[in-house]
Amino acid sequence: MSILRKALTTAAMATALVAGSAQAEDMRIALVVKALGIGFFEAANKGAQEAAAELGGVEIIYTGPTDTTAEGQIEVINSLIAQRVDAIAVSANDTDALVPTLKKAMDRGITVISWDSGVAAEGRQMHLNPSSSALIGNTIIKLAADHLPEGGEVAVLSATTTSTNQNTWIEEMNKVAGNYPDVKVVGTVYGDDLADKSYREAQGLMQTYPDLKAIIAPTSVGIVAAAQAVTDAGKIGQVNVTGLGLPSEMAGHVKSGASKSFAIWNPIDLGYSATMIAYHLAKGDAKAEPGATIPIGRMGEVTLDDNTEAAMADPFTYDASNIDEFSSIF
Amino acid sequence: MTTANPATTGRQIPDRLGSPAARALKSWEALLLVTAIAIFILNSLASPYFLDPWNLSDATFNFTEKAMIAFAMAMLIVAGEIDLSVGAIIALASTVMGVAMAAGAPTPVLVLLGLGTGLACGAFNGLLVARFGLPSIVVTIGTMSLFRGISYIVLGDGAFTGYPPAFAWFGQGYVVWVITVELVIFALAALAFGILLHRTNFGRMVYAIGNNATAARFSGIRVDRVRFILFLLTGLMSGIAAICLTSRLGSTRPSIASGFELEVVTIVVLGGVSILGGSGTIPGVVLAAFVMGLVTFGLGLLNVPGIVMSIIVGALLIAVIALPRLWRMARGA
Repeated sequence: MSILRKALTTAAMATALVAGSAQAEDMRIALVVKALGIGFFEAANKGAQEAAAELGGVEIIYTGPTDTTAEGQIEVINSLIAQRVDAIAVSANDTDALVPTLKKAMDRGITVISWDSGVAAEGRQMHLNPSSSALIGNTIIKLAADHLPEGGEVAVLSATTTSTNQNTWIEEMNKVAGNYPDVKVVGTVYGDDLADKSYREAQGLMQTYPDLKAIIAPTSVGIVAAAQAVTDAGKIGQVNVTGLGLPSEMAGHVKSGASKSFAIWNPIDLGYSATMIAYHLAKGDAKAEPGATIPIGRMGEVTLDDNTEAAMADPFTYDASNIDEFSSIF
Repeated sequence: MTTANPATTGRQIPDRLGSPAARALKSWEALLLVTAIAIFILNSLASPYFLDPWNLSDATFNFTEKAMIAFAMAMLIVAGEIDLSVGAIIALASTVMGVAMAAGAPTPVLVLLGLGTGLACGAFNGLLVARFGLPSIVVTIGTMSLFRGISYIVLGDGAFTGYPPAFAWFGQGYVVWVITVELVIFALAALAFGILLHRTNFGRMVYAIGNNATAARFSGIRVDRVRFILFLLTGLMSGIAAICLTSRLGSTRPSIASGFELEVVTIVVLGGVSILGGSGTIPGVVLAAFVMGLVTFGLGLLNVPGIVMSIIVGALLIAVIALPRLWRMARGA
């Protein structure tokens, strides 16, 4: 008897814990993340809550599996379908495995979008990318140019020679390099996204180009290694390290001055925009079709391309003024 | 209690069904049933969406694939062995099916390959344990990395997609109304394993081996052969689960079914199977599968975070393992 009582008490307690959140509101938007307990996604939730408060009459259901599995996400999505939520905005653990379940959700009249990490086109109405290759390519050279009013030599420290993302971004950067005539890109080296190799390649750059003014590393491994190499060489103030990195890993180098600024997408803006898009699609005042534009509140608007994908904005710039706020988030 | 306290005298082979041990087991399943009903009622009170046939049908996907493997795993654990490679077998079987699909194989061939890969993996585990006498926990921790490693070599960070529409029937199809194909496979497997463990000589041998393998060997039971067959069965059920899961996801990635082994063992232990071997029943495992499914789906409907859900499941499991022991201590004192 005592076992039964214990089981009942456990279940009853669980029920009581969550009973408060079960009341219905006008529109319920589920923000499904890769896994709970990740700073990046907690920040996205913050943005989603901000959007909900701004819109009014919107309840955000922030949920996801405990580990980053497609199976866990499917269980979560099944229970959201059962609750007949109005919209699901998912950052997918698997491009393909979620498709059958999300199709079922759409069949039952639920708006489905993906953000951050996308779902194959047939499993969602649209996908929101945090940025686009063109915007990233422009941002990384602009970050270097911003701190070089008189121009000078800069070099790129990339990941591997075959990294699709980095190659595309560097290509886009070279396309717009003409807009920054004083900045001269003198070379590209590859650190293979390994900390020690990236460190040695950064050292090599400083030896090869004694007048080097900046290193652009569009990879979170490379940028940290380059900043460390600059610090160890005693060249803080002479060589500025910039590119794409994570605030938590870069905080020390921003404070030391090795990196004056760097960029990466802002998860708060991403959660905010995903919620705005889900809201407008579920409400029916916007359509997810190629060429359509969807308003995203304070972030402006996005335009869908031929694959019904959209890019949110320029990568967000982090410097001494905001690094503390974000380094605790991700 | 007419005999000495069993907690201090070690495990005994029950020779009559009327023994206290058998009665305790019986009450265990009754308890699981009551728990399942209680959770069902609580869920219906807590969420307006629970009592919907389609939602309940969706909910069964939370446990059907794991439970299919749990039946075979239960027999393995009763026999004093364990197989931690079941999730990896699913990954490898799914990968083999993916390779064949990419080469244009039709659905029946895919199914045969899924079953065949499962059997081959089970045979490999069984051979190492039964023939070479290696401890099953060590062997299957090894094959867990081995089988999934092969999937990673074949697929890298890629995926197989585009399974034929007919193949979707196994994981997404319905037999009648809300009864899914997977639920029917689950029921048939429960029946088959129930008969095998509780109504055949083979089943009695499994109990005998789990209680005392040496005594079983001296009684003329071909212990290694029984063990080999049990690993074969676990491999086969993992193959069937691989077909269902691959069909449900419509794709294969090397990370498929990661962590399944622990969830399967959780269902088995929650079902009252002693992790030390020698006791446990299939009806207990069936009920445990429903309890797990109802708990996770019910909490999911209330949007309880997965972390809290893990805590509840963990607490349930510890309670299940600790309570019978406390119960016996209380009775024996």
